[in-house]
Amino acid sequence: MQPKSITVYLNHEPREWRVHPNDLLLNVLREHEALTGTKYGCGIGECGACTVHIDGEPVLSCLTLAIACEDKSILTIEGLARDGKLDAVQTAFLDHSAFQCGFCTSDMILMTRALLNEIPNPTEEQVRDYLRGNLCRCTGYASIVRAALGAATQEANAIGAADA
Amino acid sequence: MIHLDQPNIADLPALRHIGKPLPRIDAMGKVTGATKYAGDYTMPNMLHARVLRSKYPSAKIQSVNAARARALPGVVAVLTADDLPGSQVATDIPGVTGTAKRAGTDAPVLASDRVRFMGEAIAIVAAETPEIAQQALDLIEVEYEPLPAVYTPEEAMQPGAPIVTEPDNIVARWRIVKGDAESAMKSADVIVERTYRTQFIDHAYLEPEAGIAWVDENGVLTIRVSTQVVEHFRSIAAALQLPQNKVHIMGAMVGGGFGGKEDITVELFIGLAALKTHRPVKMVYSREESILAHCKRHPFTITHKTGVTRNGRLLASQVSVMADSGAYVYLSPYVLLYASAAAVGPYKVNHVSVDAFAVATNNTFTSAFRGFGAAQACVAYEQHMDEIARALDMDPRELRRLNYVQAGDTTPNGQAIRGAVWLDECAKRAWDALGEMSEPSSPHIRIGRGLASYMQSYGRITWFHDTSQAWVGLEMDGSAVIRCGVPDIGGGQMNTLAQITAEVLGVPMDRITVYSTDSALTPLAGTTTATRQMYMSGNATYQAAMAVRKTLGDRASQHLECEPDEVDFADSTVFVKNDPSQNISLTALIAMCAAEGLPRANLSLFKAPFTDKLDPETGQGDLFPDYTFGAHAVEVSVDMETGEVRVLKSVGCHDIGRAINSAAAAGQIEGGAAMGLGYALTEDVQIVNGVTITPSFAEYLLPTASDIPETRTIILESGTGLGPFGAKGIGEPCFTPVAPAIANAVAKAIGSRVHQLPLTPERVLEAIDQSTHV
Repeated sequence: MQPKSITVYLNHEPREWRVHPNDLLLNVLREHEALTGTKYGCGIGECGACTVHIDGEPVLSCLTLAIACEDKSILTIEGLARDGKLDAVQTAFLDHSAFQCGFCTSDMILMTRALLNEIPNPTEEQVRDYLRGNLCRCTGYASIVRAALGAATQEANAIGAADA
Repeated sequence: MIHLDQPNIADLPALRHIGKPLPRIDAMGKVTGATKYAGDYTMPNMLHARVLRSKYPSAKIQSVNAARARALPGVVAVLTADDLPGSQVATDIPGVTGTAKRAGTDAPVLASDRVRFMGEAIAIVAAETPEIAQQALDLIEVEYEPLPAVYTPEEAMQPGAPIVTEPDNIVARWRIVKGDAESAMKSADVIVERTYRTQFIDHAYLEPEAGIAWVDENGVLTIRVSTQVVEHFRSIAAALQLPQNKVHIMGAMVGGGFGGKEDITVELFIGLAALKTHRPVKMVYSREESILAHCKRHPFTITHKTGVTRNGRLLASQVSVMADSGAYVYLSPYVLLYASAAAVGPYKVNHVSVDAFAVATNNTFTSAFRGFGAAQACVAYEQHMDEIARALDMDPRELRRLNYVQAGDTTPNGQAIRGAVWLDECAKRAWDALGEMSEPSSPHIRIGRGLASYMQSYGRITWFHDTSQAWVGLEMDGSAVIRCGVPDIGGGQMNTLAQITAEVLGVPMDRITVYSTDSALTPLAGTTTATRQMYMSGNATYQAAMAVRKTLGDRASQHLECEPDEVDFADSTVFVKNDPSQNISLTALIAMCAAEGLPRANLSLFKAPFTDKLDPETGQGDLFPDYTFGAHAVEVSVDMETGEVRVLKSVGCHDIGRAINSAAAAGQIEGGAAMGLGYALTEDVQIVNGVTITPSFAEYLLPTASDIPETRTIILESGTGLGPFGAKGIGEPCFTPVAPAIANAVAKAIGSRVHQLPLTPERVLEAIDQSTHV
């Protein structure tokens, strides 16, 4: 199979990739781009550790072919902070110590970011439902749910302050 | 929510860092994705390894032909048992320094003539890409002759059973005898006898086993690996016939351990391949491989026969215990000992007889898992307490209250219980926190509540003669460095050391750097297992920091013209306690000490209590440094039509002595509650005739965010632990009471009991049917 050159927008920057038709996005991110914040946890879409955003939607990079990302925007955990400033979700995960081993933290943060983009002011039940495809073995999800709700409140307050 | 109770805080000096939910030093790396795990490392010119694993649970290997695999372009090496310098690796007591291993506990690195479980390693392939390595596995031809096998301990103990472990499949037996249980049983008003069963479960850490190995320019085999035990360098050296100082283990942040990374995983495979190919070799298990090839939690069958008085006093307890060791010994003898010592739980029983066996089968081998046998024991004794209460028509909480051990009582193995014992307080607070009973959401839903109490050791078995070392030093600019071999498996092990050092030396947390998990460059601190690092390395760090404080404090007292005990350290300043205006900056004091040749660093070794082994006939003797006590209470709903159980409320209340970081402690308890929920309801590694039929997260069901209710955590601080500032361990203990609490709540809801975990809808429905037909 011949590699093909494609353009993607990776963490806000255009990148040229030469990818084989069967190259998985997860492997291209980790091995070619050295973006190791995206994790392999199961390889078959059952744990969520490989979650990234494509055009703002959360996807499982272990089930996504890199070649299908042509002209698309890919966001990994490394691209979430802008100009040295953490995203509100990252700050909330810090404030709530919403991690233990940290292996699922990237995907939990990206899922929470996607949730708040979709539902800015979710209920606890909506948070739990949205995150249920992403496994965590350490925290019991409690601190992660608190962080997600905290981030929502903080963003609502920030918008309120900006409106005032 | 986190509720902190500090009943005796007034007795303590003011603490500036200890107990606070300070941001952890590992936090920023984790929320930005910058933290590196073993599988994130790469090296130039590196190869990728894969392992060929047995397709049969019990077979003779007639031949292994790797010629076609070796001929595949991109394959650099195929290694079989014939290529090994030594063929065996020790599996006994990882990380213990200086104790002779027991005979018969070695396991083959690669199977040569015989496989004993499905998934046993047979050959290693090292290739230019993981895909080529995987392809090469399919080209290795193995000729098997299937052999008779045994799949349950009961079968394995039958005369004439196929032998998995010489001479008779019994890999361990423990007896604990206190008083005369048989005679005392005769004076009981009521005798209750029941059998409880638990299942295989998987650690299911999100990070699969991973590592990268290379031989450095000094001929040192260096292995960067996800492990709970850097001291494996010794058994790796022995297996590879290298000097111990030519094997170097470098850790990385571990993506979850729970006991599953206590034994050796990838180290020997990549170590061998690196030695043979002279190139760096990386290996990451697939999830399926992880489930097939690493140890499982032991299934136990535990039968309790208990004699009680009419008014609820426990008189005599006879307990028989049977554990499935799987195909190799690993830590089964110790897991069994923990279960035996914990068999009657946190209750005072004067006449106890425990007889326990661990037996080899052709199932996946079993070894350490959070709770380490004591958890399985709790599943049995806490369900049994509810069944005794039912037989006596008594409130189970009242039965527990009548029989809880108290400080000064002795355990069945004769060890005196020291420190505060707040069992009743923990049970009461956990139960009360459940609040008002939920209303059933429909007529076929029933609500039930259950509770379980426990006592569980922290720190290793005292005849292991456990030690930990830490080095603490101050740099010229007033920043601090800690060097300690502790593997951080996510519980905040490194952060704990920083928080202790911040307290003792008055250095802000953000000016402390911790170097850890390196067998050559950081002082050896022992394993991150047995709920021991807070206790052991916390104390070693405390001692080292206190030694630095003493040198600097003495010098400061001369400068400030006061007595040494009048000096205090905070905010990078050293000052007179009663007159902080009399002070010197920490940097000026360090410069003064440096100019005079006074040390600003200290290496300290902390020793746990050292004891002799238990009496082999009676099991009498001291066994653990100390115990943590606590309780967990839950409310569940059961759908009487489908058998589905949901946990609606969950409260853990534990006396952890002292919280060093209250957020980290609460996080442990919340995580333990979720893991216990999975153990109780859904998790089950099903091994059918030696074949694992649940090798993915589609079959092996972990709790998700929507399965878990809000968990309340009540932390009590008696200040009586043996750790720094009176801390006790909580990592394992918090898991232990959760599953039996859920089982008790389900039994309460449906009016009958399932005696086998997990409580699947099928089993719950069957129990409901039986109770309605009685």
